[in-house]
Amino acid sequence: MNRREFLHLLTVASASGMALPTEIARAEASAEAFYDAPAFGNVSFLHITDCHAQLKPIWFREPNVNLGVGSMKGQAPHVVGEAFLRHFGLPAGGREAHAFTFLDYEKAARVYGRVGGFAHLATLVKRVRATRPGALLLDGGDTWQGSGTALWTKGQDMVDAAKLLGVDIMTLHWECTHGQDRVKEIAEKDFAGHVEIVAQNIKTTDFGDPVFEPYTLREVNGIKVAVVGQAFPYTPIANPRYMVSEWTFGIQEENMQKTVDEARAKGAQAVVVLSHNGMDVDLKMASRVTGIDAILGGHTHDGMPKPTIVTNPSGRTLVTNAGSNSKFLGVLDFDVRGGKVADFRYRLLPVFAELLKPDAEMDALITKIRAPYEAKLAEKLAVSEGLLYRRGNFNGSFDQLILDALIAEKNAEISFSPGFRWGTTILAGEAITMENLLDQTAITYPHVTLTPMTGAQIKEVLEDVCDNLFNTDPYYQQGGDMVRVGGMTWSCDPTAAMGKRIDDMRLKGVPLEASKTYKVAGWAPVSEAARDAGGEPVWDLVARHLRSKKTIAPPKLDLPTLKNMDGNPGTAL
Amino acid sequence: MTSQPLNRRGFLTRVAALGLTTALGTTLAPHLARAEWNKAAFDGKSTADAMKALGASGTADSADVQILASDIAENGAVVPVQAVSKVPGTTRIAILVDKNPSTLAALFDVGPDMVADVTTRIKMGQTSNVTVLVEAGGKYFTATKEIKVTLGGCGG
Repeated sequence: MNRREFLHLLTVASASGMALPTEIARAEASAEAFYDAPAFGNVSFLHITDCHAQLKPIWFREPNVNLGVGSMKGQAPHVVGEAFLRHFGLPAGGREAHAFTFLDYEKAARVYGRVGGFAHLATLVKRVRATRPGALLLDGGDTWQGSGTALWTKGQDMVDAAKLLGVDIMTLHWECTHGQDRVKEIAEKDFAGHVEIVAQNIKTTDFGDPVFEPYTLREVNGIKVAVVGQAFPYTPIANPRYMVSEWTFGIQEENMQKTVDEARAKGAQAVVVLSHNGMDVDLKMASRVTGIDAILGGHTHDGMPKPTIVTNPSGRTLVTNAGSNSKFLGVLDFDVRGGKVADFRYRLLPVFAELLKPDAEMDALITKIRAPYEAKLAEKLAVSEGLLYRRGNFNGSFDQLILDALIAEKNAEISFSPGFRWGTTILAGEAITMENLLDQTAITYPHVTLTPMTGAQIKEVLEDVCDNLFNTDPYYQQGGDMVRVGGMTWSCDPTAAMGKRIDDMRLKGVPLEASKTYKVAGWAPVSEAARDAGGEPVWDLVARHLRSKKTIAPPKLDLPTLKNMDGNPGTAL
Repeated sequence: MTSQPLNRRGFLTRVAALGLTTALGTTLAPHLARAEWNKAAFDGKSTADAMKALGASGTADSADVQILASDIAENGAVVPVQAVSKVPGTTRIAILVDKNPSTLAALFDVGPDMVADVTTRIKMGQTSNVTVLVEAGGKYFTATKEIKVTLGGCGG
């Protein structure tokens, strides 16, 4: 924090009666010690995942609703707030509590500053690598999507940034929404000799041939290690299938076992899976597939300060999840002795921009990338009077803004917005810029739709998506959040069976009729027909709405009434 | 990516160029031609109906029967399903989709020299249990898996 910001903060604090000197003191004192991560063992992996193309430091609020049902109730990652701190044994009120939870979010954000940013991340990577020669940097994917520049450059900005950061190995999810040809082009041209894409579960739809190498064998300090790739299994379902029409995905558990066995047979003394399964799927896979030392996971954006240790028929597997938005760097150290992993250390280091000097070379690249687009990104569309964020199982205040804009601009009765988990945060009083809006909406299928739907169809959609979130078998989950619903009230029992979770759907207090038709606005359709209909990009619609409003009052969240969730450690309302 | 494994399409193109495809074709065709159409079985509207028409009784789940398929279908119109039987003397393999309008999706006669391992693509209108039924020496063995058909969207 520089002095001007510090003084400004003092002014703000005294004006708002905020109690802060102890927190400021703690922030300053801990700056040096914070990144002191002593080296351990002889094989290290650095792990980033789901950065969603965030090159600059941002605000990011962790969720206050991340429910687990069935055997997942109260288990990592389904703990939030105070329950999260208790689960991981973290002290309340400090820098780490701020990094990992939503508690006192706005107040703490103003104390500890922005998080992430590739220039700051690059400094941290160099710092950690300096004490860990030969360490491999793994990228779990969702790197080429999530910002205006990633959309406009077809991921080229992130490809260049990942190469400069020194990524060694990566796997895929949202990358695929640039289309299979673009992914292959980057793999074969830009990444050749730099970054290897691995995925044991991407095969051709015709004969089931592998599209990428399933794993890579590397030697670290004279020790053979294998990194197996696991791309997001449900890419052609959660995202448009037409973008990867020649590829098939799936969890492919049998092939995972075969791949791990093959890597072991070729002499790998440590095997890690770089996974985009999502944490619940990783936990189940770790209990069934043997011979994996660690699954470095992503997709569900769960910043987990400690790994979950899963036992399986042949030993134990660590399962980690490294959050999102370039907010964290995972550091896994193995002590490999006698041909196997004898001991480990793991840390998930939060990237606090104010504690890390930006790396000059990365900073220059980011400036160059952004230069042609700066003016467009900087446009102030409106000022937000409240905190705007996305994460949460059922809604976020930025999603509410999108829902309200869809209803107003399309003259709809009900609106839907996808339960994406990416998207940054805006503090109260800040301007909403075009860049902020694109952080929430920049996808390659952004079309707005207006669809007449019967009450029965609306229920069917909600039930279908809800089962993707709350199926008690993780292999049937897709890892996003619930579709956000505007204009309508409803109730949800996450513990009920498929088809029985959604109830009491009402429009302005009147129950929806199964056979009556309602006007429903939405965006991000996955069908080719919807793409061909050519609806306007959602950011144009929301930008128009924001410009006309100028000031946005804190949105009132449309949330379902939850049933059977009292006392669930995955909710703090 | 430094090297791309030789893919099968590329291999087949080369095989075709060498004039070998006819030879490959003739080894497979006679087995397919011999299969007879079991109308009653294919008209069955439930797993129980279809099993009855196939003459299956006293069926039992068996670890020697495997069904390999994605937990969630990428495309309900073409869902790849692999059925493997390790039961000695397997003579027939059937694939049944409980909630399809006609339950029996595929029926394979397995000859004595064939490996009891078949893959096909089936059509599914909705989430359903899919059962692989194996006949061996007049006995019937099964394996069942739920395959989910979803609307899609919203992930991640």
